[in-house]
Amino acid sequence: MALQRIADPLLEEITGPNPRQILRKRVTGHAGLLFGVGVVLVLLIIAILAPVLAPHDPYAQNLANRMVKPVFMGGTWEHPLGTDHLGRDYLSRLIYGARVSLLIGTVAALISGVIGTAMGVAAGYFGGKVDAVVTFLINVRLAMPVVLVALAVVAILGGSLQVVIGVLGLLLWDRFAVVMRASTLQVRRREYVAAAQAIGASTPRVILSEIMPNIANNLIVIVTLEMAHAILLEAALSFLGLGVQPPTPSWGLMVSEGKNMMLFEPWLVLIPGIVLFILVLAINLMGDGLRDVTAPENRS
Amino acid sequence: MLQFILKRLGLAVLVALTVSFISFSLLFLSGDPAAALAGETASGEDIEALRRVYGFDRPMLVQYGEWLWQALQGNFGESYYFKLPVASLIADRLSVTMTLGVCGITFALLTAVPLGVAAAIKPNSLIDRVALFLSVAGQAMPSFWFGLILIVLFGIQLGWLPPSGASTWRHFIMPTIVLGYYAMPAIMRLTRAGMLEVLNSDYIRTARAKGAGEGRVLFKHALRNAIIPVVSLAAVQMGFMLGGSIVVESVFALHGAGYLAWESIARNDLPTVQALILIFSMFYIIFTFLADVLNAWLDPRMRSS
Repeated sequence: MALQRIADPLLEEITGPNPRQILRKRVTGHAGLLFGVGVVLVLLIIAILAPVLAPHDPYAQNLANRMVKPVFMGGTWEHPLGTDHLGRDYLSRLIYGARVSLLIGTVAALISGVIGTAMGVAAGYFGGKVDAVVTFLINVRLAMPVVLVALAVVAILGGSLQVVIGVLGLLLWDRFAVVMRASTLQVRRREYVAAAQAIGASTPRVILSEIMPNIANNLIVIVTLEMAHAILLEAALSFLGLGVQPPTPSWGLMVSEGKNMMLFEPWLVLIPGIVLFILVLAINLMGDGLRDVTAPENRS
Repeated sequence: MLQFILKRLGLAVLVALTVSFISFSLLFLSGDPAAALAGETASGEDIEALRRVYGFDRPMLVQYGEWLWQALQGNFGESYYFKLPVASLIADRLSVTMTLGVCGITFALLTAVPLGVAAAIKPNSLIDRVALFLSVAGQAMPSFWFGLILIVLFGIQLGWLPPSGASTWRHFIMPTIVLGYYAMPAIMRLTRAGMLEVLNSDYIRTARAKGAGEGRVLFKHALRNAIIPVVSLAAVQMGFMLGGSIVVESVFALHGAGYLAWESIARNDLPTVQALILIFSMFYIIFTFLADVLNAWLDPRMRSS
């Protein structure tokens, strides 16, 4: 027993902590990552539980009760964050707005992730002509002004949630393709890939079970960063009036609606903007943190 | 070098052609541009007449060919809404956007490069943390919201700056800050990372060993090498910024090309929208081409890739 107690720390000193322990230590020591994950989780729960948490119906208008001030500016707890120009409860709209932002961010990032990863991995794995075509497509995509094209498409097809998600998903795949191509190029020459090819594994199998698991870390980082990108773009499109359409509670739309009363009631613009800022900040910190934790050598 | 330039130029032309085709095809996304143009109240005969007047009844590729041929000669057709040639309409507005873009990228470089260098000289110092905070905040800041906050604060509460318009240089201060802050984080991070890498290199140790002063080491030896990738990033950002100026211009009611884009999109003015998408893309393509050539000139290793 006594020998065991002496041996254990010694053994650890010789073999070093195992990878899981290292990872746990890095995660718990990374303040940005913890903050990011915490905030995103809280907002996710708020979005999911919106019908339970929202004190009022986010669509219910009450013209007799317009622009009630928030509680910290002399309002009452009946409407903790006041009401907007149509008398709708601001807190409830904010809570339901989290659904719109998170939904658009997640689905758009997933769509562009699938497109970009397929292109990037194919380019990196096959090289040659495939690589040339993908690189060319990335160049074409980067040359197109995202906001302008997205606005034009939404104007032509109409501003519904599906159209906004679709447009952003089809436009934001460039970073996935660039990073996945570079990651695949790094991995493809490794011994375990050559070994899998040597024992006769098919190409899809090599890609799915040898390449993909080894580039998944980078993929997750880009998913989070593009999610933040999509959320900001949706807010900008909605702010310009060519994104999600009223009366849907979108944070960008709330800023746009509050803009006209900005001089007298600045909180109408401040509140949704701050929430948007915090969500995007948290997602970005989560992405940066994940990169630091999984690949500390790539820290910028 | 010449071979590199020619190859890169060929790629740029090919990208430009593809982008022009996509921006032209956007018009057909609605299925029937004539019906979209005529509006919801138009009769079948009106739509038919419009179709013939604008030539929508011909095959799409023929229309594209003609549009491209005219566009190459600087003729983008007539604006549906303003009833003016699109080319002169855009030319009038472009100077505001270009001014804004140049001011924005200058502001970004003037803040990001010194901050990045200072942060790299003393990693984990207070200034490094401030720089990191500014860049993380900048990446999460919705630019339209940042613009509105500046308007309320400096335009109205303090009354220091005009809240909107473009008549004097003071009108450009807030839009420049908003647009520049959008480009700043990436430039700052790249400068910092580049400086950190360069400062650990052998030739910096050599420079120090032979007794060069710290200022000389930092600026003559280190920054000159670290700045090369920043140049091409700045060019890319400049291209993005011109496209992104649409948001800033609409917040500050700056009547530039970005504002024109927003107006035309909202009014279904398709020839103007097509031309603007093409022109913004061209700026990006030209900037990145110039940046690549400049890079290849500064760093011969780039020429092979």
